[in-house]
Amino acid sequence: MAEEVKLLKGNEAIALAAIRYGADGYFGYPITPQSEIMETLMDEQPWTTTGMVVLQAESEVAAINMVYGGAGCGKKCMTSSSSPGISLKQEGISYLAATELPALIVNVMRGGPGLGTIQPSQSDYFQTVKGGGHGDYHLITLAPASAQEMADHVAIGFDLAFKYRNPAMILSDGMIGQLMEKVVLPPQRPRRTEAEIRKECPWAALGKPANRKPNIHTSLEMDSTIWEQYNIRFQAKYREIEANEVRYEELHCNDADYLIVAFGAAARIAQKVVEIARKEGIKVGLFRPITLYPYPSKRLNTYKNKLKGILTVELNAGQMIEDVKLAVDCQVPVAHFGRMGGIIPTPQEVYEALKKTSWKI
Amino acid sequence: MENIKKPENIVYGKPRLINDTPMHYCPGCTHGVVHNLVASIIDEMGLAEKTIGIAPVGCAVFAYNYVDIDWIEAPHGRAPAVATAVKRLNTDKMVFTYQGDGDLAAIGTAETIHACNRGENIAIIYINNAIYGMTGGQMSPTTIVDMKTATCPYGRNVALNGYPLKITDILVPLEGTCLVTREAVHTVAAVKRTKKMLTKAFENAMAGKGTSIVEVVATCTAGWKMSADQANKWMVDNLFPAYPLGVLKDV
Repeated sequence: MAEEVKLLKGNEAIALAAIRYGADGYFGYPITPQSEIMETLMDEQPWTTTGMVVLQAESEVAAINMVYGGAGCGKKCMTSSSSPGISLKQEGISYLAATELPALIVNVMRGGPGLGTIQPSQSDYFQTVKGGGHGDYHLITLAPASAQEMADHVAIGFDLAFKYRNPAMILSDGMIGQLMEKVVLPPQRPRRTEAEIRKECPWAALGKPANRKPNIHTSLEMDSTIWEQYNIRFQAKYREIEANEVRYEELHCNDADYLIVAFGAAARIAQKVVEIARKEGIKVGLFRPITLYPYPSKRLNTYKNKLKGILTVELNAGQMIEDVKLAVDCQVPVAHFGRMGGIIPTPQEVYEALKKTSWKI
Repeated sequence: MENIKKPENIVYGKPRLINDTPMHYCPGCTHGVVHNLVASIIDEMGLAEKTIGIAPVGCAVFAYNYVDIDWIEAPHGRAPAVATAVKRLNTDKMVFTYQGDGDLAAIGTAETIHACNRGENIAIIYINNAIYGMTGGQMSPTTIVDMKTATCPYGRNVALNGYPLKITDILVPLEGTCLVTREAVHTVAAVKRTKKMLTKAFENAMAGKGTSIVEVVATCTAGWKMSADQANKWMVDNLFPAYPLGVLKDV
């Protein structure tokens, strides 16, 4: 398959991009608003073309553990779900982090807590970048803001996961998952052969040849002094990721008096707010983190002496705002505007909020 | 005195795939015997380079320390889900899970039933000693009525704890299973029988016949607070009536 331009939902873009990337396996369980991912894969039947395995599991818990099994064999495996289902996957995600196995997890967020709503939300920011599962670990987290990025982040996510042997997450939301846009799909890449996997991933549990030690994936260690050393190694890896893998996008930030910081769906709305504000003569810029972990703190910090204020726009009660305040060393007034429970604010609503904040535009 | 330790006189040896790591299992524990069988069969079938074992949470979590093959240690109860993906992504490999009664019949009930129902081409080795060994002898789903454990110190009370779960029997009518059997390793004859059944389970996995489950009714000397000898006798008198040995399904 050559490069192709299609009109796709964000969810469909993820599915088609996964096949074209040469993913080995997808394991999922239906939940709104992301069910199109598995539906598209089942419709495409990639097992008849690339050989990719697609399986509907009995639960989100089983699905993430299938991903864990596949990852243990060095296979490129992924799962997707939405907020309540992602909560169920947290144990498996912690195991992936602890065994240093690469995998891709997609969260198309909906409003929580609990069963919540099926409408878009960004209220899993804390869960994703501050923990989620147990233990000191981080998920490489990508936040797409378009159907195109939904497709692009599949390849970026898998590549980063394998580069650092760490699970990666695409943290999307119901709006980006459901909106239809033009998407450029990359050409088909071949899946790796077993020989290639054995060469590129010498840790893969694919059966032990006589000339090497057993490959064992476990996260249990009875000797605390040894397990602390593992943790120290994990932390060193996270510092490396923080130094090398930060991604962000800037819109009119250079001359800005005020910055809106927003990701995903909120950033799409904020784009329009910047346009409105600029027409009114207010110098507003948009800073859009693309990686939520590692967070683009250093870049944001460079603006701290130039700004009169920052407004974080999030579809939640104010979660990312903590990282923004830390990034600018609390030296710039930082306010938050958000809607909760699946409500998407209008650009006008955000613009009014921008004007009403304490720094008085 | 003449040294009789000559190659021609040795009739029994440690299986090649069992390494020299000292085992953490208690004296008299069933795991050692079953590990020995698993290692022997994999070697005899020429599958050492094609096998991926899925270890559980429980005493056998450390199975990977003793049998020199590739292993993935699953979260508690999730071994059949892990094995499902490993086998589907590597159809030419021999994939088996090794689980206890807490892992397989309590927290992993859903994964067990659905892997069997899908007919995953894997072998499930199920060690049933009616107690949680690793955590210090608590009640498991298969703890028999009136049996005392740390969490039913006055004996399993049906009104409070429900009935012992014969999960293997539940797997029989599932169309995805091809071999369901209940065995033991308390006598030489029983060990030989279990070896035969494990061999068949591994053959089924390689032949793509569906899911095989070999339950081994087992002892837990520490959890039951008995000597190895007492434990075997108690198992015969008390566990065998609740979990009768024999082939439940072989198609």
